[in-house]
Amino acid sequence: MENRGNVLSVKELSKYFILHILGGKVITGCEEIGFDLKQGEFLGLTGPSGAGKSTVLKCIYRTYLPTSGQVIYSGEDGRQTDLACSPEREVIMLRRREIGYVSQFLKVMPRVPAVDVLAWELRQKGWEMESARQRAREYLQIMDINQALWDAYPSTFSGGEQQRINLARALIAGPRLLLLDEPTASLDAVTKQVVVRVLRDLKADGTTMIGIFHDLDVMGRLVDRVINLKAGSEAAAPGSLPEDTRLACQVRRVGRDNQ
Amino acid sequence: MAKHGGAVLEVRGLTRIYGTGCPDCLELTGPDAGTNICPNCHTIVACNNISFDLEQGEILGIVGESGSGKSTLLRCIYFDEEPTSGECCFAAFGNGRENAFAQTGQARRYIRNHLLGIVYQNPLMGIKPHFTAGGNVAEKLLTADVYNVALIRQRAAALLQRTEVPLARMDDFPANFSGGMQQRVQIAKALANNPPVLLLDEVSTGLDVSVQARVLDLIKEIQRDLGIAMIIVSHDLGVIRLLADRTGVMQHGRVIEFGLTDQILEDPQHRYTQLLVHSML
Repeated sequence: MENRGNVLSVKELSKYFILHILGGKVITGCEEIGFDLKQGEFLGLTGPSGAGKSTVLKCIYRTYLPTSGQVIYSGEDGRQTDLACSPEREVIMLRRREIGYVSQFLKVMPRVPAVDVLAWELRQKGWEMESARQRAREYLQIMDINQALWDAYPSTFSGGEQQRINLARALIAGPRLLLLDEPTASLDAVTKQVVVRVLRDLKADGTTMIGIFHDLDVMGRLVDRVINLKAGSEAAAPGSLPEDTRLACQVRRVGRDNQ
Repeated sequence: MAKHGGAVLEVRGLTRIYGTGCPDCLELTGPDAGTNICPNCHTIVACNNISFDLEQGEILGIVGESGSGKSTLLRCIYFDEEPTSGECCFAAFGNGRENAFAQTGQARRYIRNHLLGIVYQNPLMGIKPHFTAGGNVAEKLLTADVYNVALIRQRAAALLQRTEVPLARMDDFPANFSGGMQQRVQIAKALANNPPVLLLDEVSTGLDVSVQARVLDLIKEIQRDLGIAMIIVSHDLGVIRLLADRTGVMQHGRVIEFGLTDQILEDPQHRYTQLLVHSML
């Protein structure tokens, strides 16, 4: 098959939102996006707010149902799955075992301590409670979360702490493909370094990643190449960053002025 | 019916109507018609041609407004109600090929007692307030052919402990319990026969939020530790978001949309689902 060797191959991916509530208004999320991702590669997505960066990530994770195009994922076992249209059950299994997603906001069960939020990911894979908690504590340590908070509920944490819990939760499961939606957005300079270090280790271990960053400095230290999404026109190369112009995508977003 | 890996329950074409019915009932009702009452014969079409698979260990959410047919669907699967037509196959019964709805009363009782558990919105529908908490769990065990008193006692204690009912109250009557504790006794009872399929009808509705969080946590834990597949009916999208892997949306007796729960909540396709999601607090 032509895309052998790629972990992910996105082809002509488009997403349009039809808002019945606004009389069938159509909003373009992303249009005709295409790129290949090899094992261990780190791809950065840039572009202004509303350019469709998150839309691309969410289409890959199937939080959004792509309107057209393909999202071919090659699994650990070599099997290829089109995430754009595969049965939900398959997507759930892949999410549980291979594909991680770090959203901008933490969503957790109420009244579950931070350590158990992380341990849960391992419990789902059949780990015993104590060993899962032990590993969870290690990740809390790696993420530099104050030990006093380990038994507290993440909903009471600061924005930066929540974000690190969110990241730790995705990492502890050991994903093959990790989708990162602004993993460093609300972090102070010191914690940002922590996250950069963790992501670099992850990359060194062969994890394939796609990340959205607003902080170009952080991104420059992590990614192998960049796709710049720009509303309304073909993307231009963003300065000094490595740019694969072949992959430049045209992304348009209409009707935003009406929202 | 085709058998494929992992499904513990397959429902095909489940339809339930209340009334005499006419040839046009199914056509003249549903989301497009904006009603589930047939304009010709005033028959109520509670469930119209509902099909889905429930996979091993999965939590399937069903959302929809009051009267959309969610509870009728559960009640049909639990044999509380007779469906008008449709099939329902359990992997653990007749090699997954026998339609449970077509079975004799005896076979249906077997399925209900051994393969199913149900938790109703109103705890008093599932438990007897004047049997002790332990007695309620024992009742379910007896129907599942467990007769050893010591064993029953032991299992009841374990289940009540698991659902956080103080053991000191095992021999008290649920009539004297709070609503939240009654609900947890009901869950303990529903789990007594270790069912592969658990049906939950608005379990947390009406409980105060602190109890609600504990009940939801308990459900998630049960799914994880016991690998029980569940169908959770709720009109509360917050509950569905926290618990369900996949979600179906019902309106006027039909399933209008099925998908991954996060997809249903973030990228709803159907007009009604969009309205529902955008009305969320």
